[in-house]
Amino acid sequence: MDKRVADLASAVAPIADGASVMIGGFGSSGIPYGLIDALLAQGAGGLTVISNNAGAGETGIAKLLKAGRLAKVICSYPRTPGSIWFERRYEAGEIELEVVPQGTLAERIRAAGAGLGGFFTPTAYGTRLAEGKETRVIDGRGYVFEAPLHADFALLRAERGDRWGNLSFHATARNFNPVMATAARHAIAEVRHLSDAPLDPERVVTPGIFVQSVVEYGVRP
Amino acid sequence: MKALNDNELAARVARDIPDGAYVNLGIGKPTNVSAHVPDDREVIYHSENGILGVGPTPAAGTEDLELIDASKRYITMAPGAAFFEHSTSFAMMRGGHIDIAVLGAYQVAENGDLANWATLDETYPPAVGGAMDLVAGVPTIFVMMRHVNRDGSPKLLKACTYPLTGLGVVSRVYSDLAVLDVTPEGFRLVELAPGNSLDEVQSLTDARILT
Repeated sequence: MDKRVADLASAVAPIADGASVMIGGFGSSGIPYGLIDALLAQGAGGLTVISNNAGAGETGIAKLLKAGRLAKVICSYPRTPGSIWFERRYEAGEIELEVVPQGTLAERIRAAGAGLGGFFTPTAYGTRLAEGKETRVIDGRGYVFEAPLHADFALLRAERGDRWGNLSFHATARNFNPVMATAARHAIAEVRHLSDAPLDPERVVTPGIFVQSVVEYGVRP
Repeated sequence: MKALNDNELAARVARDIPDGAYVNLGIGKPTNVSAHVPDDREVIYHSENGILGVGPTPAAGTEDLELIDASKRYITMAPGAAFFEHSTSFAMMRGGHIDIAVLGAYQVAENGDLANWATLDETYPPAVGGAMDLVAGVPTIFVMMRHVNRDGSPKLLKACTYPLTGLGVVSRVYSDLAVLDVTPEGFRLVELAPGNSLDEVQSLTDARILT
């Protein structure tokens, strides 16, 4: 078994127009910048991106927004200082936005990866974000039903990987990356160090079964 | 009327953070609270992007670009820190494991309703982040806010007019003019900021303040 691919372009080649793509990262940490740049160069459009943020400045997801490649963004916090490309596309009505509470976003992704049909959460009960959703009172407390969130692809950033697809992370760059690996039909990881030797099993955070391809990208933002 | 400045307000909130607490500080002003908690209290700060044990700001030149808090500020690790992924991080919040969260607010109602994620401006993209998860699961929610808006209109109301973050979730409000508990009967005065009278503060508050 060898999940290593030669370069970023080969790694993102299977992503077609209209695909749904999870992208790891929070703020500027744990974002697969190399894979995003390769996806931009590859040219796929009409994409649905699932990510916590919607990019800032001219980097990461903001590059895809600027180039008009995204049809929809599912995220918890699109509005960060410098998120000008999201704001422009949103104000012009050129992009669909689904705002999901951050923990609900993570748990919907987890449910998809774990083979669950959804879950009831107290988050957002009684608020605008629960409108139109099934609710249930359990032991006197209100809960909202949330459906699993799958994706065709996940673009991930990890510190280390091996040919089996095992991944380990650095500091707060972990964030959404491990859970997104579980929920995509095809998870692609860019790793700062691609190790010839197997990773220490005690240090593996994402087991290789969740990862379809690994590519080395040594740049740390 | 004499309003506390941001540092004085952060210091006032910090007085009520007990030794041994697990605390989440919301983005913006609440992140300054930890700097005012006395060194003889060991408080473990959680940041939802995947760390328990947020330490002080790093010295210039020693920042780790992949070690940040939820405000996207560079941080350090406190002794005993741990990293984890997002679904675990939100299990800590929603599952009732965090003791206290300190959040900002656009509006708080006398029944404890909180509005802090969206305004009535539909052209502006809403951004909820982790606020709804925090208020759903953390038993004690402290709100830290200016008592009134820039135009002088009240933020402490009989009922919120902005979209809600959570219903009946606020425990206590720390404004620049007063500390108020949310009780079943409404806002109850804990203390006035030095140099203010109850009449003045009441005149800047839509809801009634009980004493």
